[in-house]
Amino acid sequence: MKKSKLIYIFFIYFISLTNSYSIEPSQFVQSTVDRASKLLSNSVSKDDKIKKLKIIAKETVDIKGIGFYTLGSTRKTLDKNQKQEYLILFEKYFLKSFSSRLSEWTNPEINVISQNTINKKYTIVNSVLKGTNERPEVKIDWRIYTKDPDNPLIRDVIIEGLSLARTQKEEFSSIINSNDGNIEALFKVLEEFSKN
Amino acid sequence: MFRKIIITALSIFLLTFNVNAGSDGELVLKKNEPAEIKDCFENLNRATFAFNQALDGVIFKPVASAYRVLPSPVRSGVSNSLDNLSNLVTIPNNILQGDFKKAGINSGRFVINTTIGILGFIDVAQHIGLPNYEKEDYGQSLAKFGIGPGCYIVLPVLGPSTVRDAAGSLVSVMGGDAWYNVTVKNDTQYFSDIDYYSSRVTSGVDFRAKNYDSLNNLEKNSLDFYASVKSLYLQDRQQKILNTNKIIDTQNDSDWEEIDN
Repeated sequence: MKKSKLIYIFFIYFISLTNSYSIEPSQFVQSTVDRASKLLSNSVSKDDKIKKLKIIAKETVDIKGIGFYTLGSTRKTLDKNQKQEYLILFEKYFLKSFSSRLSEWTNPEINVISQNTINKKYTIVNSVLKGTNERPEVKIDWRIYTKDPDNPLIRDVIIEGLSLARTQKEEFSSIINSNDGNIEALFKVLEEFSKN
Repeated sequence: MFRKIIITALSIFLLTFNVNAGSDGELVLKKNEPAEIKDCFENLNRATFAFNQALDGVIFKPVASAYRVLPSPVRSGVSNSLDNLSNLVTIPNNILQGDFKKAGINSGRFVINTTIGILGFIDVAQHIGLPNYEKEDYGQSLAKFGIGPGCYIVLPVLGPSTVRDAAGSLVSVMGGDAWYNVTVKNDTQYFSDIDYYSSRVTSGVDFRAKNYDSLNNLEKNSLDFYASVKSLYLQDRQQKILNTNKIIDTQNDSDWEEIDN
């Protein structure tokens, strides 16, 4: 009796341990947008907002995953050094572009309405950006990478059905193609964007 | 008459290059996949895009900026009126696509909004519970018939399109748009050419004003603005053709699936 009770306690402890940090993708998105929204509503300088938005992005966005996705089939042709160089350049570009896009928003109110699990690795979270006098209500969906349920990460933002990752992928592809497939051309453009 | 022959010949020519059999959902999805649509005239398209951008900077952007200063009810009233007029293209396309229920609803919407809604200024139909309005055009109907998009093209002033969608626009001026017929095509005592063209220009300004910040932001943060606009336009068309709010990308997850951290 004692032995079975002990096993039961261990079992419960083990289950609770493995699930203690697991977070629902919808909760993850809501808490992330609330964090960003609170920051954007604060009366701090734009530079400060950009700095803090970069921290939020590093914690919640799968920058490496998006970076490889946006390279498309070209990623298979890169050697190890090129991949490393690309990831460094992409992260700088992404953080600058991401924070610059968001820092101009004031008081965005985003409410998560539902979530749809595609498979073990992906869940789509549906949300709505509340309309104002300046803009209509906007549907925003989030592709959440849930391979590690304890640490979900954003891989794409889909605004009114338009995927930002996909747009970026086609943009990068255009740059590579118009330079005869030379990846160095993309590296140069990314570097210039981050410097300016 | 000569103009009509040229337009008809041009439409037939454009469509001949794009006719393909089959029209089930998956095939339509595949055909309209943005990555599959070729940019056959890229150099010319980029030049036209640059011309349109210059035109936007000189005309549309400043006008849209001034338009945004108007009170919100005025802007939404103008937008509602333009949507109401677009029913005259949407309804025949609902019928062409076999969606008779939507054709009925949109006809009801048009009658109610034109009369009680004071020429469409107030969207009374929405207030009484009719479903949200979704525009349809001849390009979308041609896609439903199984006609592929053809090459991506950028039209002067009008902006991004495809060969199929441009041919679809020609159908509107060949009698497919009742608003064009009563203003430009036929000499009625109630309307004139200027009513049609001013409604088209206002529609352009309204679109620019609605997307003022997002377009500025996109331009500022794009590495290749032309490629970004092309991608967004083609994704949007794909959504509209399929009449879906689904995330189309999830139907082809293979590219994401390969990426594992």
